[in-house]
Amino acid sequence: MLRMARSLPEEVLEHVFSFIHSDKDRNAISMVCKSWYEIERWCRRRIFVGNCYAVNPSMVIRRFPEVRSVELKGKPHFADFNLVPDGWGGYVYPWIAAMANAYPWLEEISLKRMVVTDETLELIAKSFKNFKVLVLSSCEGFSTDGLAAIAANCRNLRQLDLRESEVDDPSGHWLSHFPDSFTSLVSLNISCLGSEVNFSALEHLVGRCPNLRTLRLNRAVPLDRLANILRRAPQLVELGAGTYSAELRPDVFSSIAGAFSGCKELKSLSGFWDVVPGYLPAIYPICSSLTSLNLSYATIQSPDLVKLVSQCQSLQRLWVLDYIEDIGLEALAAFCKDLQELRVFPSEPFALEPNVSLTEQGLVSVSEGCLKLHSVLYFCRQMTNDALVTIARNCPKMTRFRLCIIEPRTPDYITLQPLDDGFGAIVEHCKDLRRLSLSGLLTDRVFEYIGTHAKKLEMLSVAFAGDSDLGLHHVLYGCENLRKLEIRDCPFGDKALLANAAKLETMRSLWMSSCSVSFGACKLLGQKMPRLNIEVIDERGPPDSRPESCPVEKLYIYRTLAGPRFDMPGFVWTMDEDSALRFS
Amino acid sequence: MSPALLGVEEEGQSNVSLAASSTSIDCISRNGCGLKERNYLGLSDCSSVDSSAVPSLSEENKNNLNLKATELRLGLPGSQSPEREADVSLLSTGKLDEKPLFPMLPLKDGICSSLQKHVISGNKRGFSDTMDGFSEVKGSLYSEKNWLFHSAGTESDSPQSVGQGTFPGSSGMNAMQLSRPSGAQSHMMKEVPQKVLQDRCHGANGTNLNQAGTSNNSSSAPAAKAQVVGWPPIKSFRKNTLASSSKNNDEVDGKPSSGALFVKVSMDGAPYLRKVDLRTYSTYQELSCALEKMFSCFTIGQCGSHGVPGKEKLSESKLRDLLNGSEYVLTYEDKDRDWMLVGDVPWEMFIDTCKRLKIMKSSDAIGLGMCFCI
Repeated sequence: MLRMARSLPEEVLEHVFSFIHSDKDRNAISMVCKSWYEIERWCRRRIFVGNCYAVNPSMVIRRFPEVRSVELKGKPHFADFNLVPDGWGGYVYPWIAAMANAYPWLEEISLKRMVVTDETLELIAKSFKNFKVLVLSSCEGFSTDGLAAIAANCRNLRQLDLRESEVDDPSGHWLSHFPDSFTSLVSLNISCLGSEVNFSALEHLVGRCPNLRTLRLNRAVPLDRLANILRRAPQLVELGAGTYSAELRPDVFSSIAGAFSGCKELKSLSGFWDVVPGYLPAIYPICSSLTSLNLSYATIQSPDLVKLVSQCQSLQRLWVLDYIEDIGLEALAAFCKDLQELRVFPSEPFALEPNVSLTEQGLVSVSEGCLKLHSVLYFCRQMTNDALVTIARNCPKMTRFRLCIIEPRTPDYITLQPLDDGFGAIVEHCKDLRRLSLSGLLTDRVFEYIGTHAKKLEMLSVAFAGDSDLGLHHVLYGCENLRKLEIRDCPFGDKALLANAAKLETMRSLWMSSCSVSFGACKLLGQKMPRLNIEVIDERGPPDSRPESCPVEKLYIYRTLAGPRFDMPGFVWTMDEDSALRFS
Repeated sequence: MSPALLGVEEEGQSNVSLAASSTSIDCISRNGCGLKERNYLGLSDCSSVDSSAVPSLSEENKNNLNLKATELRLGLPGSQSPEREADVSLLSTGKLDEKPLFPMLPLKDGICSSLQKHVISGNKRGFSDTMDGFSEVKGSLYSEKNWLFHSAGTESDSPQSVGQGTFPGSSGMNAMQLSRPSGAQSHMMKEVPQKVLQDRCHGANGTNLNQAGTSNNSSSAPAAKAQVVGWPPIKSFRKNTLASSSKNNDEVDGKPSSGALFVKVSMDGAPYLRKVDLRTYSTYQELSCALEKMFSCFTIGQCGSHGVPGKEKLSESKLRDLLNGSEYVLTYEDKDRDWMLVGDVPWEMFIDTCKRLKIMKSSDAIGLGMCFCI
């Protein structure tokens, strides 16, 4: 090995390394020997930090001086469902400030669940001369002023993607800040914006960017504007329409239909708020080449959905509301043999009674007809063990399986048994399963199955399940590849957590809310595990104002090299070596 | 697990996971032999925590912990409400009755009260009929701790909790004020469970459930389902879209719109925003109470940051005075981007037009009161 290192010049090694992109492989390379470590760190261009508090910016910059692309994630996943109180953290500004100095040639920033301010965006806009890609996924804290700064200053911007972010006081004029000379846009996703954008600015922008491939409009773009936009960008590959409703008029219809037919490259459709079914035939001509269809905001009923999907023979991904019903899913199973990913969202999640005829049968049909199905997110109101067993047997290649039975603790509606066996079959047959979300009535037994079989599982979401610590223990002990575990409203307490404390260092994070982990146990963990941050999140006030045995409201544990953070709000406490003293 | 809360054991409820898990649970109850722990750091023994700060009571409780703590019962929807009711009335005199025993809706955005949720799910009538069948099965070979009652435990620790505000969503100050009696209370609670257990054996079943169910329904306002925070797990963006889509359809169907309606709440001087779901309240009073609690820790700058308790606790009534009196007013931004004082229009109209809320200093709000309503 030593001889090889000497005989192959650095430049050659670097060139070889440039073909290695995955973080895992790059990490492996860097562990071979010191010189490879050195060479690798100088040529790593892309870094991914899954938890922004696991390291601090200076550590990253010190090790990787020539980074061009950064991806950061902030809040835990359950923040999506309002379980993480506002103000918890995830501020990106310190990262940007550090990188503004260290990485003047930074090109890409992707953030997920982070707090981004206008100040941050302005700093990005003026610090990175070759800035190309900004992806803000489920972020918040900024306004269209920040976007205006990006538009005005980033001369080489290729991608601006605001997917599902919360943007304050949106006004449409920020789009006009793109100078007339700006033509490099490849991808624009503004679907999350609440208010109107300036339509003529939008049309002009679209018209002068010949490389535009992805355009996701927001709800405020009406149907009659869509045709104009499409005509200016017939090269589009991915389109998010705005509101797809207007008074049915033949001239408008033919205009839209003509515009769509002109887009020969279209592969992905999304948007479609407030659909008037009479306009759906306008997209029939392009259906056969569609690979991705996101109708999860579209209030289209089952018959129209059937007509639509039965023409999408190339479909690989479908996101849809439960209006599709079992009957629509049968059609899907019959016509869309290439389907790989299915997500069915509830149209009325808070209704007491089901409003549509969507049951476990729909998912079973798809599992029977679509042999390539490997990613499922399914909201429904009833399930049986038999159905789950059938699905498991039909889809041994399943990698992501998320089932949400809307009512917590719902048993098998035929046998009234827990759904342990059904999920057990999933983990037993689907040996490549990486992500699993459970629901329904579940005992410790399901966790035993998971611990025994789900060896590739990386992320597990649990709610209203289990009987005792044994359940949690099975998972922590058995799931060798577990990285993220999020639990809410389960009877898990101290025992399993303390017994498997070391496991927590092998994971990215653990979230437990409305469980039974005592403050005392949190303190103990904080004392004994210096490489974990044990964050107690409790809006009832300081945990030491209650008995030590009192369970904490929420607990977020993550491994970190950066130590406790300093940007915590008043309702978050980190347990560390000192805290035991401080709290006594 | 909380030894003090072990006092709230009860039995006699249906357990769906019968024989199989009972063996493993029995195993655990014999001092953890079924757990197969890999005791990496010798951490499995909870009592190694520095106990100097812990009241002596809990030592005893910790020994109980080994046996009782792992005897959990599967909490089934609908099966909890009766115990909760019986429980609470046993543990204190009339005072707790003032509290919303079965608050239908989460009191505060972002706070999960497991007990609340459990009660809520118990009110689903369709399912409770099924569960009635189970309540016959008294397969309880072992008494189990109902983990749900941890919040009940905290509550019971401090029976003189003030009115409505101190259910799990209570602000830090209440908990702190009342922490001193907790030692005494938990002692009392230890006595109680036996009685509770006995009472429970005799018929806290379907009938109680239905009673509880009906009493709940009469006290709650909306016909739409009571919402557990963050459940079902749907992103806010999607929920809000659904909500406004269903509003559009309402004129056609006449069905009540459901779904969350989150708006941001800011307060002058507070370091960060909060969000509230307007649909969880049905009156201005409820909203006002909830906001008081949420922002109590900002006023007078008292909030236990980094675990150091603030010296002056702001009592809830004092804060209410602050909010209702001269210092702060609650304002909202409507669809036309005007800032208005909250309270001028009927509640339904308000939630239709309110885009965000702001707690302003009264001095800043002069002139807002002059808005007219239709």
